[in-house]
Amino acid sequence: MPILEFKNVSKVYNNITKALTDISFSVYEGEFVSIIGPSGSGKSTILRCINRLVDVTQGSIIFDGHDINKADKKEIRQVRKKAGMIFQHYNLVDRLSVIENVLHGRLGYKSVMSGVIGHYTEEEKEKAFQILAMLGLTEQAYKRCDELSGGQKQRVGIARSLMQEPRLILCDEPIASLDPSSSKIIMDHLSDINETMKITCIANLHQVDVALKYAKRIIGITAGQIVYDGPPEKLTRSKIYEIYQSDEGELITDVK
Amino acid sequence: MDKTTEKAPRPNNQTSVFVQRKRTFTLAFLGVAALFVVSAVVTNYEIIGGLESIPKAVIWMAQHFVPNAKAWSRLPYILSKLVETALVSVAVTVCAAICAFFFSLLGTKTTRTAPWIARIVRIIAAFFRNVPDVVWAILLLFSFGQNILTGFFALFFSTFGMLTRTFIETIDEVSASCVEALYATGATSLQTVFNGVIPSSLPEIVSWVLYMIETNIRSSTLIGILTATGIGYLFDLYYKRMDYSSASLVVISIVILVIAIEILSNKIRKVIM
Ligand SMILES: Nc1ncnc2c1ncn2[C@@H]1O[C@H](COP(=O)(O)OP(=O)(O)OP(=O)(O)O)[C@@H](O)[C@H]1O
Ligand SMILES: [Mg+2]
Repeated sequence: MPILEFKNVSKVYNNITKALTDISFSVYEGEFVSIIGPSGSGKSTILRCINRLVDVTQGSIIFDGHDINKADKKEIRQVRKKAGMIFQHYNLVDRLSVIENVLHGRLGYKSVMSGVIGHYTEEEKEKAFQILAMLGLTEQAYKRCDELSGGQKQRVGIARSLMQEPRLILCDEPIASLDPSSSKIIMDHLSDINETMKITCIANLHQVDVALKYAKRIIGITAGQIVYDGPPEKLTRSKIYEIYQSDEGELITDVK
Repeated sequence: MDKTTEKAPRPNNQTSVFVQRKRTFTLAFLGVAALFVVSAVVTNYEIIGGLESIPKAVIWMAQHFVPNAKAWSRLPYILSKLVETALVSVAVTVCAAICAFFFSLLGTKTTRTAPWIARIVRIIAAFFRNVPDVVWAILLLFSFGQNILTGFFALFFSTFGMLTRTFIETIDEVSASCVEALYATGATSLQTVFNGVIPSSLPEIVSWVLYMIETNIRSSTLIGILTATGIGYLFDLYYKRMDYSSASLVVISIVILVIAIEILSNKIRKVIM
C-alpha cells in the first residue's frame, strides 16, 4: 500500500490560476522522489496540498490512511505531525535558539497548554540533542538562529522536522538559497535520513543534476501536469527539454 | 559590438511607465504648491505678520512663564499629579496593547481565522484609530462626565486602534514564514502564537508600546484639561487663575518627564533589539 496517493488532484487558486490539473501518482514507503519543473509549474503547490497548507479544489489525497481533504482540524494535526516540511528560506523562529527551534517539532504531539508554555520532557530534549549531534550542530545548540549560516539554518530545519518522527519529509527547494558545498551537505543528510531512517522524502529541486544524483524517482511537471514519472536513468535529454519547455542549448545543465 | 547601437526590446508599456512617473512627480509638486497657496489664502495667513509677532510672543513668555518661589512651593503637589498622569498613561497603554495584540491576531494574513473576520478587524481598528483621542474624550464626557475613566477610555480607544493596526503589519512582516512552518509541524494556533509570533515580533511590539506610552503621556495632559483630571487639570487651574509661573512649572515638569521617558525607552529598545 502506498504511503501517499494523489488521485486526480486539481488546484485552482482564487478561481483563476490553474496550478495543478488532474495530478495522479503514488509514493511508496522509503522512496526518494524529486519533483522538477519550471518556476510556477506547481511544485510547491503539490507539497502544500499534502499537509493541507493549501486546500485542493478537486480530487483526493490519501496520506498514511487519511483522506486529507476530509480531515477535520484534529486529523489535520495528526497528518501534519507525520509529515515534516523544510523550506527554501528555512522558516525558523530566528530570535529563538537552535534547540528551541528543534523542539518546536514536538508541538504537534503536545497538549495545547504545555505547547504554549514550552514544556518539553527530558526524553524530548535528549532526542533533540541526539538529532543535533547527528547533523553536526551540537556546538550551535544554544546559539540564536539568526547567528547561523544558511547551511546551518537548513540543518536546523531538518532537525525540527526529524523531531516530528515523520513518515514523510516534504522539502520545498531545500538548497535553492545555498552555495554548492552547503547544498551537498544538506542533500547528503536528506539522502542519509531516507536510507538509514527509512523516511520517505519528496523534494522539489531546481537543479536537475542534483535531482538525478540523489532521487530514486523523478516526477517532472509542466504547467500543473505530470509529463514524466520514472527513474532518473530513463529521463532523457529531450524529456528534460519538454519538462522545461525550452529549446536545446538554453538549459544549462551537464547531464547525459 | 554593433549590438550596442541596437535598441533593447521593451514591452510596449515600458516607456509610458517612465513618462507616468515623471507626470506623477510633477503633479504631486504642483498639488503641494497649490495646497499651500490655497490654505494661505483661506486662512488669511500673512507670513510677514506672523514672523513679526514671534519676538513679541517670546518676550511676553519670558516675562510671565518663569517659575517663582510660590510656584516652587507647589512642586511636590505638581509632581504627585505628574506621576499619577504618567502611571495612568502607562496602565492605559499596556491594557490597550494586550487587547490589541490578541485582536490583531484575527486581522493578520498569517494567523487570521477567515478573510472576512480580518477585514472587520481592520475596519474596527481604523475606526478607533481615526477618531482622535481628544474627540474620544469629548464624546465620552457625555457618558462618564469629568472623571478619570473618561480620560482612560479616550486614550484606550485611540491606542487600541493604533496598536492593532501596527501589530497586524508587524506580525505579517516578521512572523509569516515561521508561522507557516509551525502550522506545518501540527502546532495549534495558540501554540503557534506563543512559540512563533510572540518571540519573533516581541521587540517590534515592545518598541511600539514604548512609543505609545510617550505619546499618551503627552496626550493625557491635553485630555486632562478636558476631563479635569491629572496634570492637565492642574495646568488648566493655574492658567485660569493667571498664575502663569506655576503653570510654567507644570509645563517644564511635563517636558522633563517626556524627555526622560524617551531616553529610558530608547535604552530599553537598544537592549531588546
Ligand atoms: N497563494 C497563492 N495564491 C494565488 N496563486 C498562487 C498561490 N500560490 C501559487 N500560486 C500560483 O500557482 C502556480 C503554481 O505555483 P507554485 O508555487 O506551486 O509553483 P512552483 O513550481 O513551486 O514555482 P517555483 O519554482 O517558482 O517555486 C503559479 O502560477 C502561482 O502563481
Ligand atoms: Mg515553489
